Amino acid sequence: MTCTEFLALLDDLIDDSISAEMRAELEQHLHKCGHCEVVFNTTRKTIEIYRSHEIYDMPTGLRERLHAAIMARCKNGC
Amino acid sequence: MTTIQSVAGELEPHPDVALVERVRGGDVSAYDTLVRKYERQIFRISQHITQNREDAEDVMQDAFLKAYEKLDQFQGNSKFYTWLVRIAVNESLMRLRKRRTGKMVSIDEDLETEEGTVPRDLADWAPDPEQNYNQAELAEILRKTIQGLPQGFRVVFALRDVEGLSTEETAETLGLSIPAVKSRLLRARLQLRERLSRYFRRKTGAKETGPGEMGRGEMRVEK
Repeated sequence: MTCTEFLALLDDLIDDSISAEMRAELEQHLHKCGHCEVVFNTTRKTIEIYRSHEIYDMPTGLRERLHAAIMARCKNGC
Repeated sequence: MTTIQSVAGELEPHPDVALVERVRGGDVSAYDTLVRKYERQIFRISQHITQNREDAEDVMQDAFLKAYEKLDQFQGNSKFYTWLVRIAVNESLMRLRKRRTGKMVSIDEDLETEEGTVPRDLADWAPDPEQNYNQAELAEILRKTIQGLPQGFRVVFALRDVEGLSTEETAETLGLSIPAVKSRLLRARLQLRERLSRYFRRKTGAKETGPGEMGRGEMRVEK
């Protein structure tokens, strides 16, 4: 397996949407190729970091304003 | 098996379905529950697309209000959440159009770049790279980095990887084909990885092991 072939299947490996045979082949490549191992590990880490850190805090009072707006519509319509 | 039950959708309806029914029956407090459940996600998605805090606030409000008003049109054949996300994505794009008057805005712009298709920075990262920064610094790095992605990549990454929509749901929400979502996701992930490497790479001198496997040969990647 070449690095290009590995990269083409990188997402499937990360998302675990491949067959056991294909996974074994990709893991075999990882074992031999330090560069692909770094790309694989750091890509996985990239996703994990974005998933676990809140980068946009919700403004305070936004929920209350939304609630008031919904109640106003409700009085008009329901 | 639970997976089979939820796929069938009959034995175990999604809890949102009951909430939507209550709202339809006139119970506004049930809608508050739905708002509390999804407000953060909707606000984040709006921020990712509009890149503007005020716009994101407006979009969040408008999306929830619109969803409330159109609740009768919600068919229940998709999840309430993905239906809501679709409304928020459309509202966000409309907001962008208003800002850039006259200029068409779509999620397809700026995709010509080849950046990120071939990994260039092959340095390994520090074991827990986030710990080298405080929370505010880290949030700034992550914001700056994702804001540098082309819109069409950023929104796919945000929906698929941050908000956890499936490939199919992301495709449906954005009106893209599944292969398009997959190719954008790969490029988004690789571009973000490349850009974050600048901050997270293992500092030289702090190496625990020698170059080992890393020294062997170049990455063989054809364009």
